[in-house]
Amino acid sequence: MSIFKYGTVAAISLTAMAALQGFSPLPDDAALVRIEASSVIYREPGEFLDRGTPVNGPLLTIEQNAPISIMRNQVTRGEYEACVQDGACLALDTKGDAGLPVVGVNFNDAVTYASWLSAKTGENWRLPTDREWALAAGSRFKDDAYTEVSDPANPSKRWMAIYAAESQAQEAIDPTPMPIGHFGTNEHGLVDLSGNIWEWTTTCYTRHHVTESGQTQVTENCGVRVAEGSHRALMIAFFRDPKAGACSIGIPPANLGIRLVREDKGLLQWLGL
Amino acid sequence: MLTRRAALCGAAALALMIASPLRAEEGPDPTLNAKAQTDLTAGLERVKAKLLTPPLVMDHDQVAKGGPKVVQFTMTIEEKEIVIDGEGTTFQAMTFDGSMPGPTMVVHEGDYVELTLVNPETNTMPHNIDFHAATGALGGAQLTFVNPGEQVTLRFKATKNGAFVYHCAPTGMVAWHVVSGMSGTLLVLPRDGLKDDQGNPITYDRAYTIGEFDLYVPKDETGKYIDYETPGDAYADTVEVMKGLIPTHVVFNGAVGALTGEKAMTAKVGETVLMIHSSANRDTRPHLIGGHGDYVWERGKFNNPPQKGLETWFVAGGSATVATYKFLQPGIYAYVNHNLIEALELGAAAHFKVDGAWDNDLMMQVSAPGPIVGE
Repeated sequence: MSIFKYGTVAAISLTAMAALQGFSPLPDDAALVRIEASSVIYREPGEFLDRGTPVNGPLLTIEQNAPISIMRNQVTRGEYEACVQDGACLALDTKGDAGLPVVGVNFNDAVTYASWLSAKTGENWRLPTDREWALAAGSRFKDDAYTEVSDPANPSKRWMAIYAAESQAQEAIDPTPMPIGHFGTNEHGLVDLSGNIWEWTTTCYTRHHVTESGQTQVTENCGVRVAEGSHRALMIAFFRDPKAGACSIGIPPANLGIRLVREDKGLLQWLGL
Repeated sequence: MLTRRAALCGAAALALMIASPLRAEEGPDPTLNAKAQTDLTAGLERVKAKLLTPPLVMDHDQVAKGGPKVVQFTMTIEEKEIVIDGEGTTFQAMTFDGSMPGPTMVVHEGDYVELTLVNPETNTMPHNIDFHAATGALGGAQLTFVNPGEQVTLRFKATKNGAFVYHCAPTGMVAWHVVSGMSGTLLVLPRDGLKDDQGNPITYDRAYTIGEFDLYVPKDETGKYIDYETPGDAYADTVEVMKGLIPTHVVFNGAVGALTGEKAMTAKVGETVLMIHSSANRDTRPHLIGGHGDYVWERGKFNNPPQKGLETWFVAGGSATVATYKFLQPGIYAYVNHNLIEALELGAAAHFKVDGAWDNDLMMQVSAPGPIVGE
């Protein structure tokens, strides 16, 4: 019985998805940016080992599979505080202006905020994946491969090259949260992307090994998530203060904050299921 | 909260990797370079070490037999809740092989240490290991970073003799991992054994490892120690206490009383005991109450002549000190951090139970306590 039901739904969704896309209520909310199509040159996140030697992840052009609705601005302290007042979110460690973007939130805080907002609005809010973030960031997405140097006979060459590149790239970022709009708008209309606040994504830290036999082996550690901003950072999920350092490599982010994606009402909702 | 998986992916992921240049041409062909480096361990004898939980030290030869060996070790990282005092205060410990300190590893100068470090899937965090005895790659830390569900094997040549600290050193979390329990000692003995300043051999009948830890446990508004469920939950508050630099507990081997009572170290009159005292984070000053340090390598390095007949000796934070003492009287000896507040109020005290016959020449009570009668 249930198999039949799911089978039917799946069949409808497969054949009718494209047509139904137009029936999804388009968010006209000024707080959201709707990106219909975009593409970006994307570096696969995580660490890559080729027969034990660290190398860069593959670089590829990625495109959107479906339109995406994403918050125009980062979540503000005031918005987050409403979740705290409701008893859903954990209190922040510091005080600040309610109108400024929220900082000092860890991955779990961000996920809690998204589920609270979903319950509050009856909508489906969630963090973006790293891919979605990159597509939304567009020209503000930054390749995190600092060097192509990789010598199986001498691991220090890569360490030295990364160190040099990071030192060069290291700009003194003032971590003081700035008013909304301070860091400008990207080509899709997203505000303050890649300013001094990094944004949590759902993407887990992965290690890809190409073994001697040519097989690819993937280890995933979801205790570490990708935070995106002016460079990609692998952050321990329970870190609220990133200044203690990124997890493996990279300059630590200045702050950690939140920008959410709103799922379109899909076929199931449209059918009233 | 945390999920992990290890998966074997097929052609799709492989195709991704082939799709882009993975290794740049840089300098001469690296494989030629690799071939030029002969594996000097190829013909060597390989032995598997059997590690013991401190204060015990693994079986070892005080003078090396034969030439250099590859000594193989396996340590499994365990994140676990432990109780650190008599009041039942809980602590989210991170450990090498389940103990604080991690097991003492023993090799001889010129041997190769080959460690397989296992981070089981049940752990929540990445870990690694920095051997103060090793040369390069931040003591091996850069080559041993393992996520939950991974293991790694590192080999390094023990080129310097002495007692050396090893500890976890993941970027951004080093101090927290170390004060959560992740340190131990690697003892690299001279091939011909320990010597005094005249070159005479020094031998010992027993060896014990004392690992000193400064712990920083957060308290709630009422002053009660907070019980956390995971290391991640404890992290933020713990770092705040750490930054105050005042430990709530200073303990030997992971808990107040870990080396007292039933768990006190033992010896017999006439036996020489080797005491290895590590402190990965903070300076300390051991003292054996009622005894001495006969020979003390304060910085733990045997190419320096030992100091003789010390009352209290120094352990620099991030090092291990080695001392020998031949027990001459029976009884209970306290072995303490001679900042007595840390020893008696915060926990840094251990005991030796020593059996044997009393020597009146060394000490006797000439007259028992009684009314004052003058001389």
